[in-house]
Amino acid sequence: MLVTERDRVKEDIVRWVEQYGGNRSALIPTLQELQRKYSQITDFAMQVVADALDIHPAEVYGVVSFYSFLDHRPKGKFVIRLCRTLSCDMQGKDRVARQLENDLGIRFGETTPDGKFTLEWANCIGMCDQGPALLVNEQVFTRVTPEKVHDILEGCRRTFGVYALEQKEEHLV
Amino acid sequence: MNGTLVGPLTFGSVEPNSGLKNALGKNRADVIADISASGIKGRGGAGFPTGVKWNLAAAAKDDRKFVVCNADEGEPGTFKDRVILSEYADLVFEGMTIAGYAIGATQGIVYLRGEYSYLRALLEAVLEKRRQQNLLGEDILKKKGFHFDIAIRMGSGAYVCGEETALIESLEGHRGEPRNRPPFPVDTGFMGHPTVVNNVETLAWAACILAKGPEWFKKIGTEKSTGLKLFSVSGDCARPGVYEFPMGITIAQLLKEVGGENAKAVQVGGASGRIVPAKEFERTLAYEDIPTGGSIIVLGPQRDMLHVARNFMEFFVEESCGQCTPCREGTQKLLEGIELLEQGKCSTRYLHELCALGETMQLASKCGLGQSAPNAFLSIVQHFREELMGRNNLIPAGKE
Repeated sequence: MLVTERDRVKEDIVRWVEQYGGNRSALIPTLQELQRKYSQITDFAMQVVADALDIHPAEVYGVVSFYSFLDHRPKGKFVIRLCRTLSCDMQGKDRVARQLENDLGIRFGETTPDGKFTLEWANCIGMCDQGPALLVNEQVFTRVTPEKVHDILEGCRRTFGVYALEQKEEHLV
Repeated sequence: MNGTLVGPLTFGSVEPNSGLKNALGKNRADVIADISASGIKGRGGAGFPTGVKWNLAAAAKDDRKFVVCNADEGEPGTFKDRVILSEYADLVFEGMTIAGYAIGATQGIVYLRGEYSYLRALLEAVLEKRRQQNLLGEDILKKKGFHFDIAIRMGSGAYVCGEETALIESLEGHRGEPRNRPPFPVDTGFMGHPTVVNNVETLAWAACILAKGPEWFKKIGTEKSTGLKLFSVSGDCARPGVYEFPMGITIAQLLKEVGGENAKAVQVGGASGRIVPAKEFERTLAYEDIPTGGSIIVLGPQRDMLHVARNFMEFFVEESCGQCTPCREGTQKLLEGIELLEQGKCSTRYLHELCALGETMQLASKCGLGQSAPNAFLSIVQHFREELMGRNNLIPAGKE
């Protein structure tokens, strides 16, 4: 039987809601799982979550729109968050930012057309003594320089495209 | 990745779990009495006496109580909790277990900020090990009837969730909007049950206090600010990193240790803190003088103070939860004002109005975020006015 994307999302949500206790406090962990697996929290997913928790979908949307790590718009497979707060700023985050924009061909707040990279600002990621710092999904890079940007991006690219034969994408396994 | 840990911390010299063993040998009231006697105040920055907090939660009547470890370390320039959790997670969990015993809670929750997701696997492994050693679970260390376990919950990138009531809202699955206080969490916290919310560092010190005795802690520091404190030092200094100093150290002493003697100013307390100019470097870092959660950003002679003000105000515009008007609108207006100053188009009268707005925000905002949002701007206007007025926007700052 053909399992459509929607069925899969539904199954996942029901399982996660159950796993996190089945009440309202399961909402955010469920949304975090959705974000991690699907890189987006769609209107459909929000409706399903709302049904599972017996709350209004607007409540779910309210939560999704509040937290900067949750998003209803599609995000890239790799979300790059460059810290812009004072300590990293003083250590040269502007040049790193420019190089990231140059190498990815997008501006901050945008996603590459192939859906692989999203570029965002982060507020203080707690690496102030080793700035400029950035997060790629959950991985942290410190003392980033403009010339290191290419290596960081290549590290991500190695998991897809022509390299995918060597190392399969996580969600395909 | 764990950062520069400069010198050994007291946390490393305490025998593991001796605090918990001592605590379980006493009755609950005596454990809280020890914490009160040590004089320790909240290490997150607000400085509420920990003993009082535990006492209130212990006195509250409820079948279910919670201990929450606030690991939503979002204050700009703060990274000590990351280092504590990386190196001394056991001590933090021990402190939580002691708190659980003292107030009669059975469930602990670590609210870990989303930016620190990479620490989660490590923390889960430490928790699992503690369960196997009967340091968590049922009848802990054979103490009949004392059950306690700890779960980890992740934040999702919201600075305001470091505020304890916003944190609880977030745990309950809501937007992280702070609640009105009172009622306080010690009375009506997570799911309406009494809840103690303590900073990571506070809990680690609590375990040390139970291990070494309150007298040891009390004789360090000043009369009103007892004990040791971790400081996260970054910015224009030779040796940034996490330092342990007694409370009451002067800024000049601290700068000497970190190699930042030629600083023009120091931002104490992160974005919500204030600027301390060089002429006030003899002031002390203590609750009665300059209170801080430990964030020290050293600003060298070449730094443009208006740029500092701008960076912090952009932070608050972004992080204001938008619930109350003084904070939501005030941060926007102050940022616009800073832009006018940058362009050299701000009249003196308008600058006064901006300061008045800042003072209104301090009084009228609902939570600590809004109340402290104008601090950096106001202290920069107070101490570095000559840098701000009549700027020529064609010449980049510092190159006149």
